Amino acid sequence: MIDYIKLASSKSKGKRPYFHNDPAVERVLNITMAVAGELAVMRERMDTIERLLEKKGLVSQEEIDNYIPETKEEETQRQAWHSEYISRVLRIVQQEMEELENPDKTIAEIANDINKM
Amino acid sequence: MAAKNLPPVWNKIAKHAMLPETNHDERARYNFLANLNKHLAHVSQGNKVAFEKRVEPDFVKNNGRAIASVDELGEAISKDSHYQIWSSLRRSTMEMRQQAGRSIVLRQAEELRDKAEKLNKGKSTLVLDPNCKVPEYLLAVDNHLMPGSYHTELIEGDVTPAANYDSGIFVTTAGLLGRYNDGGGKAIASWVKKTYADFAPKRILDIGCGMGHNVLPIAKAFPDAEVIAIDTGAPMLRYAHARAVDLGITNVTFMQMDAAMTTFENESFDWIQSTMFFHETGGKSIYKIMNEIHRILKPGGITLHIEQPQYTEDMSLFEKFIRDWDALNNSEPYWSKMHDIDPKELMVSSGFKEEDFMQIGAKAENDLDDGSQKADEPEDHGRSPIWNVFGAIKN
Ligand SMILES: C[S@@+](CC[C@H](N)C(=O)[O-])C[C@H]1O[C@@H](n2cnc3c(N)ncnc32)[C@H](O)[C@@H]1O
Repeated sequence: MIDYIKLASSKSKGKRPYFHNDPAVERVLNITMAVAGELAVMRERMDTIERLLEKKGLVSQEEIDNYIPETKEEETQRQAWHSEYISRVLRIVQQEMEELENPDKTIAEIANDINKM
Repeated sequence: MAAKNLPPVWNKIAKHAMLPETNHDERARYNFLANLNKHLAHVSQGNKVAFEKRVEPDFVKNNGRAIASVDELGEAISKDSHYQIWSSLRRSTMEMRQQAGRSIVLRQAEELRDKAEKLNKGKSTLVLDPNCKVPEYLLAVDNHLMPGSYHTELIEGDVTPAANYDSGIFVTTAGLLGRYNDGGGKAIASWVKKTYADFAPKRILDIGCGMGHNVLPIAKAFPDAEVIAIDTGAPMLRYAHARAVDLGITNVTFMQMDAAMTTFENESFDWIQSTMFFHETGGKSIYKIMNEIHRILKPGGITLHIEQPQYTEDMSLFEKFIRDWDALNNSEPYWSKMHDIDPKELMVSSGFKEEDFMQIGAKAENDLDDGSQKADEPEDHGRSPIWNVFGAIKN
């Protein structure tokens, strides 16, 4: 059998054009758009699940849309999920701020330091 | 309130035995990409604003003169941040569309091959020729970023290039070509019937038929005609033939043949058609193919070619530039070169008479059009269902 996963992502002939001044921007953008696409796929799947639940009379979409957390614990759990999720996604921004506040040595410098320890 | 101009969901595509199986998430991925394409047509509008507000004024300020050529414009706009983000998003969308299509068809390459073999078995209407060479210009590039182009066979008897094309064209055109993606073929068949009411072609040739979607409406409109469809890509022909058989069209013979050197007799066709074909040929072949068309067309016969819109004298440099974007960035390298050829001269150089040359506009016939696809949508250059048709009657 052919390696369909690898082949599906094959490059087409010719050098790929890059549009941003730094190709790294383009690379990250492409990865981000692929993830955006997969999020849309997931959202459509959720939508399917909700509609099936409704059709089978288990849960209505209205119930889902109107749902609000019923206990303090549920509220906390949900907010904590958001908080953690955002922190995960924006990790690099936080780390750059930490570095700004606390200018650090490079690992090469630390290596030299350690060599003397 | 309903949102405006939503593309049809992918599952509206017409089903036939060769259409690859898709699961929920694969269809969802195509839905995402069709919407992304539509969205980017809007983002594209910003290029004109950026050009007029900053790219052009900056150029004039720095050079003391106006931008003089499309190349100069390209150089200047390539540094604009809006152009950069639109370009990179569009390129990425095209690559994602290929990835999405290939991930659907390659996982079922063998099943698709078997389906085609079953439908094609013992039929004299599929004629493959292992000695037929793929033209150099097709080997040089993977048109519209389609890895392996129309001819590459990953397994013996492969049909995946066509299956990928068939399932994905609905996404890149946002469904504007109809459920069978055959809006071009339908439009030309209707036009010919209307314009030449007593035209009863006995033999029709479609060159560069691909997976055959645009030749079938012609065969259907003229059921008594013998229709021959040629292509150099065996995977396209296997799939095209199996698809036609499943759709119940029996008057088309699919043959593997190079349009620049066919084996047909002089003056043996009443109608020779091509659809979105010439812009994927090459600078020398285009003349050879037109010569061949002239040779095998009967006196009084008609030849018609559905192509990209022509560039006109009054088209601005910006308009030309943006229409050419696909040439270099969506790997359609002959697309812009072809604009330097005057179709009338092309035809006259092959022996057609100048006064017999004709040029008409054509709009896809779309069986999905429920009025929600408004005409006031920004045009997605190169992907809109409006074409230029050129041709001639041979006298
Ligand atoms: C863009 S596709 C067009 C397919 C189809 N006519 C349509 O309406 O979409 C171009 C097709 O032309 C074929 N082709 C290119 N050069 C050819 C040639 N010299 N002879 C025969 N087929 C050719 C390619 O293999 C490809 O399938």
